[in-house]
Amino acid sequence: MGWRVARHGLTIVAVVLLGGLLSATMVRLAPGFDSDEEQLDPRLNAESVRALRQARADQHNIFRYYFHSIERAVHGDLGVSISLSQPVTRLLRQRLPLTLRLVGIGLLLSWSLALALALSASWLRLSAYDAFTTAISGTFLCIPAAVLALLSVLWSVPGSLAIAMIVFPHVYRYARNFLAKSFALPHMVTARAKGISELRILFWHAVPVVAPQLLAVAGVSVSIAIGAAIPVETLCGLAGIGQLAWQAAISRDLPLLTNITILVTLATLLANSSADLLGHALRGHEA
Amino acid sequence: MSVGRIATWAVLLVVVAASLGANYLAPGGYVKQYREEADARPSRQHWLGTDEIGRDRFARVLYGTRISLLLAPAAALLSTLMAALIGGLAGYLGGMWARAAMAVTDLFLSLPWLFLLITVRALLPLNVSPAVSVMVTFSMLGLLGWTSAARVLCTTAGALRNSDFVRQARASGMRGTRLFWVHVIPNLTPVLYAQFWISIPAFILSEANLGILGLGVTEPMPSWGTLLRELEGLVSVGEEPWKFVPLILLVVVVTSFQILLSNQNNEVVA
Repeated sequence: MGWRVARHGLTIVAVVLLGGLLSATMVRLAPGFDSDEEQLDPRLNAESVRALRQARADQHNIFRYYFHSIERAVHGDLGVSISLSQPVTRLLRQRLPLTLRLVGIGLLLSWSLALALALSASWLRLSAYDAFTTAISGTFLCIPAAVLALLSVLWSVPGSLAIAMIVFPHVYRYARNFLAKSFALPHMVTARAKGISELRILFWHAVPVVAPQLLAVAGVSVSIAIGAAIPVETLCGLAGIGQLAWQAAISRDLPLLTNITILVTLATLLANSSADLLGHALRGHEA
Repeated sequence: MSVGRIATWAVLLVVVAASLGANYLAPGGYVKQYREEADARPSRQHWLGTDEIGRDRFARVLYGTRISLLLAPAAALLSTLMAALIGGLAGYLGGMWARAAMAVTDLFLSLPWLFLLITVRALLPLNVSPAVSVMVTFSMLGLLGWTSAARVLCTTAGALRNSDFVRQARASGMRGTRLFWVHVIPNLTPVLYAQFWISIPAFILSEANLGILGLGVTEPMPSWGTLLRELEGLVSVGEEPWKFVPLILLVVVVTSFQILLSNQNNEVVA
């Protein structure tokens, strides 16, 4: 187990560093990276324009820039946002709680709804009810995330509900399929033949079988929720990390976008690795 | 073929035929402005009314459907080919190549799809002509959407590399690219086929998301994404329900693809 945790830790560090480098490279190569609206101001003299250019000069060599950024980040300095002229640390600290709350509540709601529908469909075993729940989740799966965000604005519902409705169909689909497959296992068929109630079979036999698989889906659902936070926060006017990522990308703000990419990659990898380790522990415990 | 499957194909064919026949069904085109009738309600002349600058909404829906429905499969084809080349080749070569391909796919998969898409699109030129914006948007979808399929293909090709028939072909003197194209690629076809069909609805939804955020196809060219931007100004659902037609059409088409995919999967399982 210790070796497994260490391996996950090393992978996370490597991928996060590469993710940050990838993001920095993309911004550096983006057309118009070097130009600044301020440079077009006719009131500025040649010296001021040169000073503005000089301010971005350290970002020209992307590897050197990235190495220095990492070096500073180790000491708690994440640099200054070019577009917002504020320290990145402060921006992230201000906006992180809202995104955490949105994503957290969204995940909680989506998992509650998905599990309630999947478990009830498995328990009732009514084809009409199954078709109904599948149709609901299928419909939400076919609506773009940004439309759900717009509808949440239109109906004045919280953004977390929009995130929940984006994540819910993915979770439901997996949960329903896992449960359906587990009900076809030989020991389930035997339990039913012995007259054990459907409810007992569901909670005592089916749920423990699908739990490790559902944990893997939990990791993936965090990634979906973080992705969904961008259109939801942007379109609902919520000042979170998603909206900040959007602003950073639009204004080609290298320090901000690099740090957000690192943060998002870290959150996604931590969720997936935690799910993997928990699933492994659960399987080991069962064995 | 089941009745449901036939009905789904029929729905898709009607939508595709209507979009291809847009020139005849809406001869006015998607750019023509009826300035005296701006923001008009549905009428005989304008079945879905007009938008705020007087363009016929029905025409824009038809032309927008054409763009989304023709270019999403093109992007899906591009991503499938990339997945076959990168994943298939890396799996076939094995060792360092397979590890490198897996590392790259891991890196891309560690970023949420929407985050990656929005970031990359925002970094590409935004102030471009409508035709260029269409190409940029769908090319980007194709160039970024190959990773998860490449992972599956890399593993499948790796298993094929050590299979008996490949070993026998190698023992018979077949080498390199010929072995790859003649024996490996044909055995990857079912995965490639599945990847192609899965990508189409995913890319349609992605384009819609980008369009609503103003990062997709640029005006005056319509696409489902740009058409859905109209929902941003709505005050209530009941007030102008015809503005939901593009959304309903998108949901119907994506649902049709999902139904066809699930039927296909069921047939494979059976």
